[in-house]
Amino acid sequence: MATNSYDVIVLGGGPAGYVCAIRATQLGLATALVEKDKLGGVCVNIGCIPTKALLHSAYVSNLVKNEARDLGIETGAMTTDYGVAMKRSRKISEQNSKGVEFLMKKHKVTDIKGTGVLLSGRRIRVGADVMEARKAVVIATGSRVKGIAAIGLDINRTTVISSDEALFLERAPATLAIVGAGAVGCEFADIFNAFGTKVTLIEALPRILPIEDAESSDVIAKSYKKRGIAVIAGARVKKATVGADRVTLEVEAGGKTESVEAEKVLMAAGRAVNTEAMGFAEAGVELTDRGFVKVDPLTLETTARGIYCIGDVAGPPMLAHKGSREGTHVAEIIAGHRPMPIRYDNIPSVTYCHPEVASIGLSEEQAKERKLDFQIGRFPLSANGRARTTNETEGFVKIIRDRKYGEILGAHIVAGHASEMIHELTVARENECTVEEVELAVHAHPTLSEAIAEAALDSMGRVMHL
Amino acid sequence: MATKIVMEALSPTMEEGRLVEWKKQEGESVAIGDVLAEVETDKAVMELVARAAGTLLKQVVPAGSTVPVSQLVGLIGTPGEEGADAAPTAPPPREEAAATKPAADTTTQLTSMPPAPPPAAATEAGSAPPAPSAPPAPAPAPAPGNGGRLKASPLARRIAAERGVDLHSVTGSGPAGRIVQRDLDDAARVAAGAAARGGAVGTPFQPTGGGVAFRDVPLSQIRKTIARRLAQSIGPVPTFYLTTEVDMERVAEAREALPGKASFNDILIKALALALRQNPACNAWWQDDRIRYWNDVHVSMAVAIEDGLITPVIRYADQKPLRLIAAESKDLAARARERRLAPEEYTNGTFSISNLGMLDIDEFTAIINPPEAGILAVGRIAEKAVAHEGQIAIRRRLRLTLSCDHRVIDGATGAALLQTLKGMLENPLVLVW
Repeated sequence: MATNSYDVIVLGGGPAGYVCAIRATQLGLATALVEKDKLGGVCVNIGCIPTKALLHSAYVSNLVKNEARDLGIETGAMTTDYGVAMKRSRKISEQNSKGVEFLMKKHKVTDIKGTGVLLSGRRIRVGADVMEARKAVVIATGSRVKGIAAIGLDINRTTVISSDEALFLERAPATLAIVGAGAVGCEFADIFNAFGTKVTLIEALPRILPIEDAESSDVIAKSYKKRGIAVIAGARVKKATVGADRVTLEVEAGGKTESVEAEKVLMAAGRAVNTEAMGFAEAGVELTDRGFVKVDPLTLETTARGIYCIGDVAGPPMLAHKGSREGTHVAEIIAGHRPMPIRYDNIPSVTYCHPEVASIGLSEEQAKERKLDFQIGRFPLSANGRARTTNETEGFVKIIRDRKYGEILGAHIVAGHASEMIHELTVARENECTVEEVELAVHAHPTLSEAIAEAALDSMGRVMHL
Repeated sequence: MATKIVMEALSPTMEEGRLVEWKKQEGESVAIGDVLAEVETDKAVMELVARAAGTLLKQVVPAGSTVPVSQLVGLIGTPGEEGADAAPTAPPPREEAAATKPAADTTTQLTSMPPAPPPAAATEAGSAPPAPSAPPAPAPAPAPGNGGRLKASPLARRIAAERGVDLHSVTGSGPAGRIVQRDLDDAARVAAGAAARGGAVGTPFQPTGGGVAFRDVPLSQIRKTIARRLAQSIGPVPTFYLTTEVDMERVAEAREALPGKASFNDILIKALALALRQNPACNAWWQDDRIRYWNDVHVSMAVAIEDGLITPVIRYADQKPLRLIAAESKDLAARARERRLAPEEYTNGTFSISNLGMLDIDEFTAIINPPEAGILAVGRIAEKAVAHEGQIAIRRRLRLTLSCDHRVIDGATGAALLQTLKGMLENPLVLVW
């Protein structure tokens, strides 16, 4: 039984863990990263990255099918092949995972293959080896997909699948029911619809993309309907009959029950955190009522001294960029620095469907609930020159402005490139720029970002191009 | 060709000198032996005399600047010489300057009486480079006073303008001390929290004075030498300790008579803050190249928590009434034990207090919490037989020990603070005098 010691041992090589390891070595700490699978975690291998590759295929498919002729391009008959798009997405994931491996070497992080289990006193067992962390252990074991066993929707990997399987399908199914219309559900609806699948999107809450502003949800729901995606919101799946090549769902919505039949059901309703069989009890790491690891909100230290927790397993929002920030933060704390506190109220949320949906801060409903005195500024992309040049006129920019001080309470963008545009407002909020400063900054013409400046003006009652 | 005037080692330990004042102006004629300038060394202010005659062509460094030994400070020559314009304004690397010195025969050694032995100076400069100590952790720096750019977010500026808050009086907790919204909220919360805790608290607390939060004083040569020598001797924070015993009878009586509840520790925080107000030289931070004298008193109080301790801060403790300090210290200590303090609640104190009296400790020495310059260690209040007005009497007595950072506080300065404090406690009416 070999014993090795490091300053820091990070469990989990996803976007929280590997970023933490890099930052720790940058600060002079000898760091080991334990990962049982490929580096990069869910994000790189079966999450963010491959879905974005498939969404690009979906975008081009829709572009060629619906707009090529209008753009002066004759393509002849067009066919799609999900298998080819899937293989391309795999290649990109492989590249990114290799990229993380390279980064580990470059930053001299010791990369250990295996599953780490906590022992007492900041020691970790990986297989037959026991290693000791001189300064700290960081738990970054992430999360995984989950089914809903209670209604018969256990993931069986053939007819009832999760994103894990959807990302490896050789062909698009003829019909697909998606349970859960958050970011994941909406993105897969977009993808499979573009590959010819008849998609039914089912959401328990009253609207799709329930955590986004209601206006954003409406634009996507309308756009989906136009593309032939059936949306059933405020729905409850009462019963599922799972056959060998077919699933029948009994869905209750608006007082009536309807039957939805599909070749496959894709479960996109929540994730489970990876906390099992990790030796938490022995190490003194406690969980919250909701099953996340209990952490000090400022230091992200768990209930066990010298053991920290970051990323999905430390609690929502379950976003790669939130995990990465926590990774940096914890590495700096371990190295004895005093990093600025993480602003959890300023983490952008993005859904990469078409058009994209991005937001920062409060939604209009939340601002109302908090009884804040605010003004809304809006600007539709149909009035934006650049959006017209690319036929991407669906969507808007909406800014919620505190009436008294001009603080940007929240911002919501639905646009072809909302994921890129939101950061102007993220930076503004991080630095407490008010709506006035955002508008004062000269925006290049013609750009989609001009819509942000116009929405800022509108929130002050001075919109110009409308 | 112009003759260079260089900073010379005027004492064996001198590494640099501060040019206090030019005694000759540019264009004035200079005779050998004339006093050109006054230079403050690590020991004293000395005169620099000219070793060449002519006209002072250029004062290369302005009065007030600190210059390493053998760096060019001025030029002597005949008016109109090229040297005046060609004079370098940037200092050459010190080693190079020292190495070329013997060969530069046009260089006039500028010296004082008695001439310092150059070899000693060279050795000193070569063997003892000033140890750069790591800057303190990014303790959020407050807004600069006069001069420096005030860093505040646009939102904070608007809120401050609307509320009539002077941003110079606000401590910034953002990156590099930028004042952000929460800093203004803090000020409001202290007031609101105090009001909410109700009882005898009364009107919300509003610190007076406003204006500048602190005054930065560059280190004089003697302070630099004291700092360097003492740090070499005892460690990075050269600490000394002063102890006094205080008669607490009157405080105990006064405390009984209070309309509300205040602990002895609350009283000590208030008295310490007032004593610091009277002894502002102790209400300071060591900042490596300068000393920051705070204009308000924010007392950090050590609170034991599970597995450690933390120092929540009572801000404006000198200005707050005792009842408010009592309410705040209770609230801060409770939340400290639950580990629910926000970072801005336990950073940016100006002086610390630590009390182990409740654990039956007679007296102890506390460790300074840098960059603060001092901490008061409070022992227990115990009945003792002491000589009192010519009789042996049983009196309640308290031992206080002050730990002082000698780079900031000298023995007499620290003693004066302790003496003020003792005077206040033994005659509490002084507090309202």
